[in-house]
Amino acid sequence: MSVLLDNLDVLLAGFRLTVALAAVSAVGALLLGTLIAAMRVSPVPALRAAGGTYVNLARNTPLTLMFAIFVFGLPELGIQASFFVRAVLALTVYTAAFVAESVRSGINAVQAGQVEAARAVGMTFGQTLRLVVLPQAFRSVLPPLASVFIALTKNTSVAAGFGITEAVFRMGGLSRDFPTALFPVFLGVAFGFIILVAVIALFFRFLETRLAVVR
Amino acid sequence: MGLRSRGRGTGVAAAVAALALVLTACGGSDEEAVTEVAEDAKFAAGTTMAKFNEAGEITIGVKTDQPGIGFLEPGADSPTGFDIEIAKIVAAELGIEPSGIEWKETVSANREPFLQNETVNMVAASYSITDERLELVGQAGPYYVTGQQLLVKKDDTSINGPDDLGGKKVCSVTGSTSIATVEEDYGANPVPFSTYQECVNQLLNASVDAVTTDGAILLGYAAQNPDELKVVGEAFSEERYGLGYTKDDSEFCNFLNETLQKSFDNGSWAAAFEKTLGKAGVETPSPPPLDPCP
Repeated sequence: MSVLLDNLDVLLAGFRLTVALAAVSAVGALLLGTLIAAMRVSPVPALRAAGGTYVNLARNTPLTLMFAIFVFGLPELGIQASFFVRAVLALTVYTAAFVAESVRSGINAVQAGQVEAARAVGMTFGQTLRLVVLPQAFRSVLPPLASVFIALTKNTSVAAGFGITEAVFRMGGLSRDFPTALFPVFLGVAFGFIILVAVIALFFRFLETRLAVVR
Repeated sequence: MGLRSRGRGTGVAAAVAALALVLTACGGSDEEAVTEVAEDAKFAAGTTMAKFNEAGEITIGVKTDQPGIGFLEPGADSPTGFDIEIAKIVAAELGIEPSGIEWKETVSANREPFLQNETVNMVAASYSITDERLELVGQAGPYYVTGQQLLVKKDDTSINGPDDLGGKKVCSVTGSTSIATVEEDYGANPVPFSTYQECVNQLLNASVDAVTTDGAILLGYAAQNPDELKVVGEAFSEERYGLGYTKDDSEFCNFLNETLQKSFDNGSWAAAFEKTLGKAGVETPSPPPLDPCP
């Protein structure tokens, strides 16, 4: 146990990066994913096709490969970005596909009458989506979205092999320096992730109760 | 429900565009050995040397991912590098042709087990001599002494040694001692990657300022790309590469030490260095003094 307390600053520095990666990527993925979902249900065939292709590509690409594309590929194209930005891009592009499919399932769960009523009062597609459909859709997809963001938080650990000194990288360093205390080190880092995941789960639970609609 | 009428099946073919990073390895394999095979090698019956000499073959564990030390080029049949040349010198002394050597890849974690269960007869794989390893296997040598150094871009004049690393991005392999040293002792920002080659790629595209690990490994990369990379500074740790053999075979250890000493004296060691690591433009060092056999 003392291994964890003695190296608390190192571990916390790692977890700070883990949280930063997860938070920034979550915001990016939520925005991009919602946009993709809107494209997939839009009346324009080209947008629907583009949205569908994105989901198929991003969801079928292993995350490690996604990291390789952004971390090794961007500089080849002459684009210089920090390792943090490259990692955020990889995580955002990957996670957005899962967000998009969750949101789309929510959109499909909104009763058809709602859209027809919106159209009947003269709302455009954008207005219908923004004011009528998405608010109801998000409410119904909070549980799957929570799963997506929990997965995202754990997926940040892939960045340890791509230039980011996050929590799992720190675990590697500690297990090298303290080979006699492997279990405390592993369990300590696992416990850190459990706390992060619990916070996300509680936050979504709070949103669910807060936004619940009595039908 | 949907915002549009239904009835349109979507079949989107997914094509994954993988970004292939083709690494141009420097070609050209000079097959010329640095030493003659000893045709008339004679050893006392029952010794390890006599066994290999009669069989005419030996299995040697080497690295295949460290240019200049032990490196298997894509498509090549046999590895190249300084460790490989040293292994060939030993084999030649045993009367074994290069074609009689079976190269087996060993990674850092499996060198001791491979020697203990005799999967390999000898290890020449940037194998630093340490007390913990000597409890499990034998290590003859050292045949080369290196230490942690820095690989930087050729036109970079801001980094000349570890003291210049404060705030710089320094790449090494996740979980290595090297990456901890530059962070804890010299205030560098560590950038972890899975392999040294990935680190070198990030250095070449200017995403990191330096790569750090054993100087010999860095020299190999500099030799591969002498126009863009250079190794700077004095070594700030000491790694002594030895030849691994099965523990307690002191006759074989004596033979290895005699062979190494002979190669130091007759110039074949220097020739091996010049042919491999020396291509990075460094002077051939003087051979290190050998540890006595147990």
